[in-house]
Amino acid sequence: MSQTRYTKDHEYIRVDGDIATVGITDYAQSQLGDVVFVELPQTGARVEQGEQAAVVESVKAASEVYAPASGEIIEVNPELEGAPALVNEDAAGKGWFLKMRISDASQLDALMDEEAYAAFVKSCC
Amino acid sequence: MSTDESPNEPLLATPLNALHREFGARMVPFAGYDMPVQYAQGILAEHLHTRAAAGLFDVSHMGQAFLSGPNARARFETLVPGDLVALAQDRIRYTQLLNARGGILDDLMATHWPADANGDERLFLIVNAARKAHDFAHIEALLPDLKLDVLDDRALLALQGPQGAEVLERLLPGVTTQPFMSMRRVTHAGVELYVSRSGYTGEDGFEISIPAAQADGFARALLADERVKPIGLGARDSLRLEAGLCLYGHDIDEDTTPAEADLLWSISKRRRAEGGFPGAPVLQAQIANGVSRKRVGLALEGKAPAREGAEIADSAGAIVGRVTSGGFAPSLGRPIAMGYVAAASAAPGSELNIIVRGKPLPARVVSMPFVPTRYYRGK
Repeated sequence: MSQTRYTKDHEYIRVDGDIATVGITDYAQSQLGDVVFVELPQTGARVEQGEQAAVVESVKAASEVYAPASGEIIEVNPELEGAPALVNEDAAGKGWFLKMRISDASQLDALMDEEAYAAFVKSCC
Repeated sequence: MSTDESPNEPLLATPLNALHREFGARMVPFAGYDMPVQYAQGILAEHLHTRAAAGLFDVSHMGQAFLSGPNARARFETLVPGDLVALAQDRIRYTQLLNARGGILDDLMATHWPADANGDERLFLIVNAARKAHDFAHIEALLPDLKLDVLDDRALLALQGPQGAEVLERLLPGVTTQPFMSMRRVTHAGVELYVSRSGYTGEDGFEISIPAAQADGFARALLADERVKPIGLGARDSLRLEAGLCLYGHDIDEDTTPAEADLLWSISKRRRAEGGFPGAPVLQAQIANGVSRKRVGLALEGKAPAREGAEIADSAGAIVGRVTSGGFAPSLGRPIAMGYVAAASAAPGSELNIIVRGKPLPARVVSMPFVPTRYYRGK
């Protein structure tokens, strides 16, 4: 069974065993506006929690996307190169950024669950 | 325009502030004003709608003023390189306020207005929002013999796009055949509008100066036509970039001259020869001997946009310039940029690299505009 956690920087991480799918939240895409380019990492690269893992470019600006947990990049979304607007259309689904093998599941404990993230968005923004 | 902001001062509101919110705008601080960056449909859709139909922009934050007095046009020529003496009545000139180094203090539109009751010449000026306090103080200090009347009580709307003329014709008969870069005074619902055929998108369009109290109603009358959508500052920026137009504080500033900025088309033969404006010796030398760097357009090969501040390298890896505006071009579906490069790299076709996050992105110098302009040129 998978569980989804959220960061204060509006990334989500959906974990199934030690494999996690990472993207930005629907709230994040709504704030960015039209996404025109996503720079994704190399598969095989190692990232530490909180490090830059990707860059998402809207018409207006470039925004960094941080790794919600440490691990190895095992796959990036091949659809985003030709269709970056998938991030706007379906941020939580087809607009995912990357999959990673996480090295320390306990890092997820400090992240927000769906309810806490919804409250965070309501209070912060 | 400039994005310089003073976050500690309360933001000013234009007469259309309530309308923006009603239409779902996302508001941001811009040049001291609370302005719409985009509406619900988003920057891409707003941009494409303006190119296909008509977009309504609130540009009331810009400065409007009358400058009047004996020989006002010749006197104003002592501050700018534009030819105002040769400017026919009710025609508009794009020009720049310059400093003694030929650097650009601001760029502006000047209209030759009919003389006042005393027979004194008048100019109607529209300047950038972030520079208006500076510009007006500068003009008053250097031209104490003239009278400057700042029009704080007027809004400014821009209606841009190929269907704008037909829409406006229904409210203001006669605008369809109004020449490009001309001004008309039109009485509408008891108030006087100043209607110019000009804009900042590369499309046919109008800028309409209207008393603040009537602005909301007039904007709603335009928006009642389904061909018109409200457009925010985000699309205004991407539209002007595609049109190759400069954004003050980014593509031009006090350290760039009209020659470096590729704006010599705005300076007539007489004014180049006679000088008589700040920085004239600098500009005349640049015209005679060439410039060391020049503003150019850049078409990127890949999909990744390059933003303001990115360094530009030649094929050998030497840094030859810097991007001053850059982003995704919605009408082209690819990234474009403008920036200053060394003269040796400025020729169209030059193969350069823009350094983005440490990686060189191949880019080619191209002539501007990136998207062909469609100004009204008469029937």
